[in-house]
Amino acid sequence: MATVEHPQKTAWWNNAHNRALLFQILLAIGVSVFFAFIANNTIHNLEQRGISTGFAFLKQKAGFGILQHLIPYTENDTYGRTFIVGLLNTILVSVLGIICATIIGFIVGVARLSSNWLVSKLAGIYIETFRNLPLLLQIFFWYFAVLQALPSPRNSLHIGEKFFLNIRGVYLPNPIFEQGFGWVEGAFILAVLATIILKRWASKRQEQTGEQFPVLWTATGLILILPTIAYFATGGPISWEYPVLKGFNFQGGITIIPELAALLIALSVYTASLIAEIVRSGILSVSHGQTEAAEALGLRPGKTLRLVIIPQAMRVIIPQMTSQYLNLVKNSSLATAIGYPDLVAVFAGTTLNQTGQAIEVIAMTMAVYLTISLIISYFMNWYNARSQLRER
Amino acid sequence: MKKLSFIMVAVFFMISASLASASTLEEVQKRDVLQCGVSTGLPGFSNPDEKGNWTGLDVDACRAVAAAVLHDANKVKFIPLTAKERFTALQSGEIDILSRNTTWTLTRDTSLGLNFTHTDYYDGQGFMVSKKLGVKSAKELDGAAICIQAGTTTELNLADYFKQNNMKYQAVVFDTSDQSVKGFEAGRCDVLTSDQSQLYGLRIKLAKPEDAVVLPEIISKEPLGPVVRQGDDGWFNIVKWSMFAMINAEEMGVTSKNVDEMKKSTDPNIRRLLGLEGIKGKGMNLSDDWAYQIIKQVGNYGEMFERNVGLGSPLKIKRGLNALWNKGGIQYAPPIR
Repeated sequence: MATVEHPQKTAWWNNAHNRALLFQILLAIGVSVFFAFIANNTIHNLEQRGISTGFAFLKQKAGFGILQHLIPYTENDTYGRTFIVGLLNTILVSVLGIICATIIGFIVGVARLSSNWLVSKLAGIYIETFRNLPLLLQIFFWYFAVLQALPSPRNSLHIGEKFFLNIRGVYLPNPIFEQGFGWVEGAFILAVLATIILKRWASKRQEQTGEQFPVLWTATGLILILPTIAYFATGGPISWEYPVLKGFNFQGGITIIPELAALLIALSVYTASLIAEIVRSGILSVSHGQTEAAEALGLRPGKTLRLVIIPQAMRVIIPQMTSQYLNLVKNSSLATAIGYPDLVAVFAGTTLNQTGQAIEVIAMTMAVYLTISLIISYFMNWYNARSQLRER
Repeated sequence: MKKLSFIMVAVFFMISASLASASTLEEVQKRDVLQCGVSTGLPGFSNPDEKGNWTGLDVDACRAVAAAVLHDANKVKFIPLTAKERFTALQSGEIDILSRNTTWTLTRDTSLGLNFTHTDYYDGQGFMVSKKLGVKSAKELDGAAICIQAGTTTELNLADYFKQNNMKYQAVVFDTSDQSVKGFEAGRCDVLTSDQSQLYGLRIKLAKPEDAVVLPEIISKEPLGPVVRQGDDGWFNIVKWSMFAMINAEEMGVTSKNVDEMKKSTDPNIRRLLGLEGIKGKGMNLSDDWAYQIIKQVGNYGEMFERNVGLGSPLKIKRGLNALWNKGGIQYAPPIR
């Protein structure tokens, strides 16, 4: 009589799933213990050495001046506020840098592929010059070499008595919005809404009838003309505060400090040279057959580029652009070399030195760069997923 | 980024450094070289020449300690630090002494885990302006752009001074004093502010020193001196008394030139200073001739002052507050007995 073989009951630790879980838990415990040990050891060591710890310093009065602040700041504010001021300055130069670098990079990248010999060679020289020089040197160049060439405040270059350029920066009139400006803003929003509706309507119509509608020109007209009408209808509700030379420097108006200008130019020009190569590689990755097919359909070169080549090239371009954007943000910390008050210069510089709380300050600074970088990556990944080819 | 990573590495060492470490004296003797944190280049205080030899008052303060501890004033490794890096470097054990024109303040002495040993130079904050501005007093500086070095007490004093006098200013903050001088020279700022002694030092770095003037006002007290880590009292004593020996030597008229003759002196004060009688170096675990070595190799306080910042140097600073207490100044050292 044959006995029925029951499948042998395996012990729970021999179950592959359970075992994997067990190892995960052990690893997690190990890592936590390791970090807890380090944190504990650090706090103990710092106490032992009589070094202050904790985040109470963020509420103390800072007592030093900062050259550029996007939010109101005086010497009476706290160290916590210097963190925000520095952070905003970092974000300002990063965002402007990303926008400028992208625009310059795309133009140069496309120019590099131009059939015009001079244009393509000029783009090539630009790329090879700027991507092969250390960024720090470029920042010094824009700051010291270009700065030295500008005149003193008393001999400023100027356009009328409204715009001034000198070694202390660019001085622009400051718009002061008066009552009634809400109408202008309202007109602008209305124009934008109208454009969106127009675009939807136009693409629907094109799908149904094949007829095209000049959306771009109409939209430009709408966005320019509607607010202008509102502006004059309400009697020009903007007055201007002009910069005036008082004593040593210009007072009033908007000032763009030369540190910001130098850093922004250096970051944009350098990153743009890398972006240009990425754009070129992206465009070259689209097979020439696509261009020929588009031409066979009768699309003009501009439309071929915009509707056929670029959308396909974006698949290659975007992931690499993410890295360049991240680099730009991190490179902005070189600001400290020329005295631009970014997060590293203000918070991880002066604040760290005045309070002596290196660990807390550096940890906060690193957390900021990590957060900014993760946000950029997340956004770019989302955009990348959106612009992938939809395979049907 | 370089600066940031330096501090990060230093912080890491601070985290990982073991608690039970040997005393600084033993470490220095075992290593046979003293690690001394100095500035990145400030004439008169710590400045490297073309051959990489460091000279200056702060440099000599370290050399004196090396002479006392290692019997050789040249066994010093000078580590240039920016104002921002200096305290972290000392806290993390990167250096044994910080001798970098550092102002003694309550915060620094009590919350950084550091101890200031003594004042080797009494200084005060001043202003330097371009001559062609025609400014005669700091009170006329309303609205000026001011170049300044990051992470210094000057940054704070400046804010206080302008607030007290109801004046506005723009602070342009640079990482090193070299950069702030460059900014000043380029015309980015109307004014360069720093400790007055430094201004004289930085002025001779300008392309045309005669075009700049140092204003007479002194707006703060800046006692400068060497700093050590808290919690090593033996080392604290050695650094402190190395300087006291130099001041006492000047007071007694012992110099690097006559120190060998002075050994024959019958003056008990001099005999105690040179380790011929009394407690000698015992309490500090140093050899008996520790002070003799300092005076022989580095000189007394007066010699050090004249050579580096005084009338025998390009800076031509008068002794002023830094004269001995019995000569109209406030340099005073406890007796050696």
